Amino acid sequence: MSDRLTGVIVLVIALAFFASATQLEMPFFSDPVGPKTFPMLVSGVAIISAIFLILRPDQEPEWPVIGTFIKLLIATIILVLYAYLLKPLGFLIPTALNASALSYQIKPDPKLSIITGICLSIGLFIIFRFGFGLGLSAFPRWLVG
Amino acid sequence: MDLLSNLALGFSVALGPTTLLLAVCGCVLGTMVGALPGLGPSNGVAILIPLAFTLELDATEALVLMTAVYYGAMYGGRISSILLNIPGDEPAMMTTLDGYPMAKKGFAGDALVLSGVASFVGAFLATIGLLLLAPILARVAFMFGPAEYFALYLLAFCTLGGMGSNNQAKAAIAVCTGLGISMIGVDNSTGLTRFTGGNMHLFDGVDFLVAIVGLFAVSEIFVFIESHGRDSSIGVKLEKITIPFKQIIATRWTMLRGSIIGFFAGVLPGAGASLGSFLAYMFEKSYASDKSQFGKGDPRGIAAPEAGNNSAAGGALVPMLTLGVPGSGTTAVLLALLMTLNITPGPLLFTERPEVVWGLIASLLIANIVLLILNVPMVKIFSRLLEVPASVLLPGVTMISFVGIYSLTGSYFDLLLMIGFGILGYFLRKLSIPTVPVILGILLGSHMEVSLRRAMVLSDGDWTYLFSSSIAIGLWTAAIIGFIAPLFLRQFLNRGISKKEPSQ
Repeated sequence: MSDRLTGVIVLVIALAFFASATQLEMPFFSDPVGPKTFPMLVSGVAIISAIFLILRPDQEPEWPVIGTFIKLLIATIILVLYAYLLKPLGFLIPTALNASALSYQIKPDPKLSIITGICLSIGLFIIFRFGFGLGLSAFPRWLVG
Repeated sequence: MDLLSNLALGFSVALGPTTLLLAVCGCVLGTMVGALPGLGPSNGVAILIPLAFTLELDATEALVLMTAVYYGAMYGGRISSILLNIPGDEPAMMTTLDGYPMAKKGFAGDALVLSGVASFVGAFLATIGLLLLAPILARVAFMFGPAEYFALYLLAFCTLGGMGSNNQAKAAIAVCTGLGISMIGVDNSTGLTRFTGGNMHLFDGVDFLVAIVGLFAVSEIFVFIESHGRDSSIGVKLEKITIPFKQIIATRWTMLRGSIIGFFAGVLPGAGASLGSFLAYMFEKSYASDKSQFGKGDPRGIAAPEAGNNSAAGGALVPMLTLGVPGSGTTAVLLALLMTLNITPGPLLFTERPEVVWGLIASLLIANIVLLILNVPMVKIFSRLLEVPASVLLPGVTMISFVGIYSLTGSYFDLLLMIGFGILGYFLRKLSIPTVPVILGILLGSHMEVSLRRAMVLSDGDWTYLFSSSIAIGLWTAAIIGFIAPLFLRQFLNRGISKKEPSQ
């Protein structure tokens, strides 16, 4: 079922890609094949492969249980938040929080996770700042001024 | 005496203080990467590349550093195979078959030393092979026109996809995904933007390092969270290290055979180190007159795959440097490094930037000796790394990935894109769709399209031009065979592997 679903998703994307490629305007001065031929070829191959996958799927992979999926979703949200917060809040605080949270997700031991987070944050900051000379700011700009 | 003067040039670069220091650092880092559980060579090299850029090294130095990491990771991968029965990376899988049983019998130290020496023999011979074969192949590559390059890229996709997946349709989807991503952004020859959906951030295209770190390293985090970082500390204790001279001498021909097989498996575009160690092991087993000890801790069963694996790692550099076609996942990552450094691999590299090529080769010869020292007398230090728990390692890897990409591009959009690739990588891995062809597609997509369009300009739109030379026809044939043959080979190999499983 997963393979069939994947096949359908690939098919839809490949068709959209193909359609989008046909919409590309051919510039007046262009090489014989232009910018649309290669995308059309590739999406053509993808369409054929997707049909194969829909017709002849492999065995069902082992999907995690719902609880694990929620954990993965939480991990994704943590990572996205980290991407947004890294610049405004400086390196140390988001990194410590993020590393603690990820560590907790892998091994739910609150004390160990917090220690891991703080040590990783400070240790990596020292390595990046002084070893690699990266211009990371440790704390939020508005705090240090 | 062209070769000698080239080597002299190489050593004059390699023995410079900075280059030498970087080679040694790369070896140490690489062995650590290899030894750390769940951090294979491609992941390790991928997350270290952005950091290497922040050191503002020149092209040769950066290449020496990262290739030393690559070699080191290949050496280090065997440590967890032998002590934990968990391959540190895919090519080290064959080493578990005899390495772990030997360690369980109480000869963990012997197994590590023997495999370290076998790694050295394999990697050293492969580096010699590289310096002999690469210039010849580079000269052949001069005859390649756009039609031949188009067929060559196709060959790489077909063999890498064909070998790397159990389902050809999935391999093809992986390649197409990568090619599709590579087309996002401005089309260089017409200046038209394609497939950006009007998003400003995508006009420059997708940075392949973002894709690589996402697909390899970030997806690893999700896989680990799913497996709850199943701790694997049930391994064998390492007592003391002795050097089993007798076994080393007894397996000298095994190592030689493994190295030769591995090297040629590595040179084939797309085949890579896993195939090298597999073939070396299989060959050694069928060659041996007394097979009874294989799978139970036969020293030959350690020497052959380790020599093959490391030799293939060196062999995979040959097509990467001479043709710009990587032979494995990790060499694909190294190709990304070269492209980011604005070095185009290929025959011109050998004539225009000889100091890069020969400096690299000489550094690899030196790195091998450093690695032998690190991996035989000092292996105990590195084996401690196996005790690093996943709950510390994985957050650390994540932070390094984020900071590396952030320092490279300075944009939160690329971080989000990297997370997106991480999620994509997770699902691809669950669906057993190989991720390496995706990377290869992103890396080679624009080259492949440019070759096709140049060929069409030369022939004025005549498609038969693609099959007009004997080299091109040969490459097309090899590509088709490379894609289809695994369908039949797989049945044969599966039978081989299931027989090989150690009876517990």
